[in-house]
Amino acid sequence: MRLNIRHRTVYRYDRPIAYAIQTLRLTPSPHDGLHILSWRLRGETRRPLTASTDGFGNVVHCHTVNHPHDSSAVFVEGEVETQDTAGVVRNAPDPLPPLYFLQPTPLTGVTPRIDAFAQEAVGGISAPLDRLHQLMGAVRDAVDWQLGRTAVHTDADEALAEGAGVCQDHAHLFIAACRALGTPARYVSGYLWTGNHNEEFEANHAWSEAFVPGLGWVGFDPANRVCPNEYYVRCAVGPDYRGAAPVRGLVRGEAVEEMEVQVRVTQAAGAQQ
Amino acid sequence: MTGSDGPCRAPYAMIESWLRDTPPDLMEAKRRNAEVLFRRIGITFAVYTEGGDPERLIPFDIIPRVLDSGEWQYLSRGLEQRVKALNAFLRDVYGEREILRAGKIPAELVLHNSMFTPEMQDLAVPGGVFTHVCGIDLVRVGPEDFYVLEDNCRTPSGVSYMLENRAVMMRLFPDLFNRNVIRPVSHYPDELMDALQSVSPPNCEGEPTVAVLTPGAFNSAYFEHSYLADEMGVELVEGPDLVVDDAIVYMRTTEGLKRVDVLYRRVDDDFLDPLTFRPDSMLGVPGIMHAYRAGNITLANAVGAGIADDKAVYMYVPEFVRFYLGEEPILKNVPTWDCRHKDQLSYVLDHLDELVVKEVHGSGGYGMLVGPKASREERETYRQILLARPEDHIAQPTLALSTCPTFVDGGIAPRHVDLRPFVLMGKEIRIVPGGLTRVALREGSLVVNSSQGGGTKDTWVVGTDDPAPGEGARA
Repeated sequence: MRLNIRHRTVYRYDRPIAYAIQTLRLTPSPHDGLHILSWRLRGETRRPLTASTDGFGNVVHCHTVNHPHDSSAVFVEGEVETQDTAGVVRNAPDPLPPLYFLQPTPLTGVTPRIDAFAQEAVGGISAPLDRLHQLMGAVRDAVDWQLGRTAVHTDADEALAEGAGVCQDHAHLFIAACRALGTPARYVSGYLWTGNHNEEFEANHAWSEAFVPGLGWVGFDPANRVCPNEYYVRCAVGPDYRGAAPVRGLVRGEAVEEMEVQVRVTQAAGAQQ
Repeated sequence: MTGSDGPCRAPYAMIESWLRDTPPDLMEAKRRNAEVLFRRIGITFAVYTEGGDPERLIPFDIIPRVLDSGEWQYLSRGLEQRVKALNAFLRDVYGEREILRAGKIPAELVLHNSMFTPEMQDLAVPGGVFTHVCGIDLVRVGPEDFYVLEDNCRTPSGVSYMLENRAVMMRLFPDLFNRNVIRPVSHYPDELMDALQSVSPPNCEGEPTVAVLTPGAFNSAYFEHSYLADEMGVELVEGPDLVVDDAIVYMRTTEGLKRVDVLYRRVDDDFLDPLTFRPDSMLGVPGIMHAYRAGNITLANAVGAGIADDKAVYMYVPEFVRFYLGEEPILKNVPTWDCRHKDQLSYVLDHLDELVVKEVHGSGGYGMLVGPKASREERETYRQILLARPEDHIAQPTLALSTCPTFVDGGIAPRHVDLRPFVLMGKEIRIVPGGLTRVALREGSLVVNSSQGGGTKDTWVVGTDDPAPGEGARA
């Protein structure tokens, strides 16, 4: 499937700030289910952004605005060709061994509540893949999709207690539960096509991956109860949201920030099926 | 200077005659002089968590610790070997991890270690150097028997004491330096500068600009930061003095922004880049990891080097020497029990009165139990700590540390000493002869940390094994 992505983020400040810097994890790396036809990132200045690869294999860009300003913007525009691999991620850059992704992080700590939840979800099932599918459903059942009930710093245990959250919370709970079961798991940020209805979203999508011996890393999107298919564009991975966050930034100056995000994922013209 | 209570070793003959021939009142006057000099230099030491006078002097003992050139040759070969192995381990552990695949160290111990820094994975550090400055803490238990107590691969401090101790001794006792060939240490800052410049980043053209990054004046080692910057003739900067623009690090100067190529940073990893590590850090430079990854800056020491001096990883350093260098280790490790293993833990619990128990990630003598010196109560408290968090602790036997004659209230008496030589690694390895000798001033004490009542001494390597003139020649 050929997908077109347009992602625009505008920051506005109520008074000028002197300096801003951002880490952008907004560029996919190719793998067996993803072929990149074109991808372009543009920041506030005309010069191209300096790119590097982080320790998790993600492409990161450094965006700095080193002069007084009261707004700045980041644009992403790209076109990719995707294939359904039933969630299995093959030939993606993957510099760290699965074992690394077994340890808890601040947002995915394994609490007694999460441990009990995980054990109950997979009780009686032994096949690794079946257990993970079961767990994915259980996460979605336990956490209702509701905006505004959680925040970016909400951890897995809090999301489970709240019983409501967004895709980030579903991913964190799934990851923490996997680790409780001894399965390496990690966070994925990226884009999702949801149909040709010209709809705009206010955020990227997030899901998770679990390591299955024999298969490798397999994606699970608990928010939608599916393994990622050709509708998914995988951008960055990390042990939790913080490691895979699409944007992490800092400013110098005292100002109230207002952020406006527009994400549009469409089926590319001329490639309708 | 003696292994136990035997006769003094040969290198100390001159110290013995010096002490014998110097009238006690003159010696006393010199000791007071030394204190005045240190106050004037302003070299003081603030101790975390202790409170009290932050401007406290670390006690300085005017009787030097002496090594002859044969001993030094042996030590420096051992140090060079050890630091090469530590650096090779860091390159491997953030690269291919062959040592894990070979099963020479448990994978969990590395990958689940809080000191393991995934952000360093596959980052091509300039010149392949992680450990630009290493302080290796040694103790001696016999004539040819040195043990490494711990490796300090992050931001080892104390080198300014080594330099100032020497400067003060030369001022107080110029005669001693005239009469004996004592190898110089004062060129350390030049060697440091050379080492740093020799591993400038790939995108640096021309003479690399070096700067020293300090957390600020409230840091206990601030004196050293400013001292080294002065001696190297480079800028001393704090986080807010630096700015990252398009993955390049600049410092603000009176003439505008100036590009920095090599940063000798004395700010811990956690605080170095709030965009990557602790977001609340005010001490660091947002985005400096971008510059690092883009090949625009050298950080000394490299980020993530702490995995090599972790106390649990320490046990495997002799294995690193064999694995990476194919050599037998010259310097020994202190036998160590790893409390994460049940059998070793139970041994430790049964022998608490004989062992020194340390926290794996701790530093500087905090959070440790010296079994033979501890009260029954203290041991009991520690037993509970061990049972609660065994994986955070290791234990070692108490060693019969060598002693060195030291001025104490009742005259001159033997006191236990250790030695921290500073190993510099740029394109090649350089070690200034000597190091920082720390002395446990309390009778019988084995804890030399300045935070725990330790003092320092000048450290002499006497005699030459090359034709370089000693400081004595031009004093």
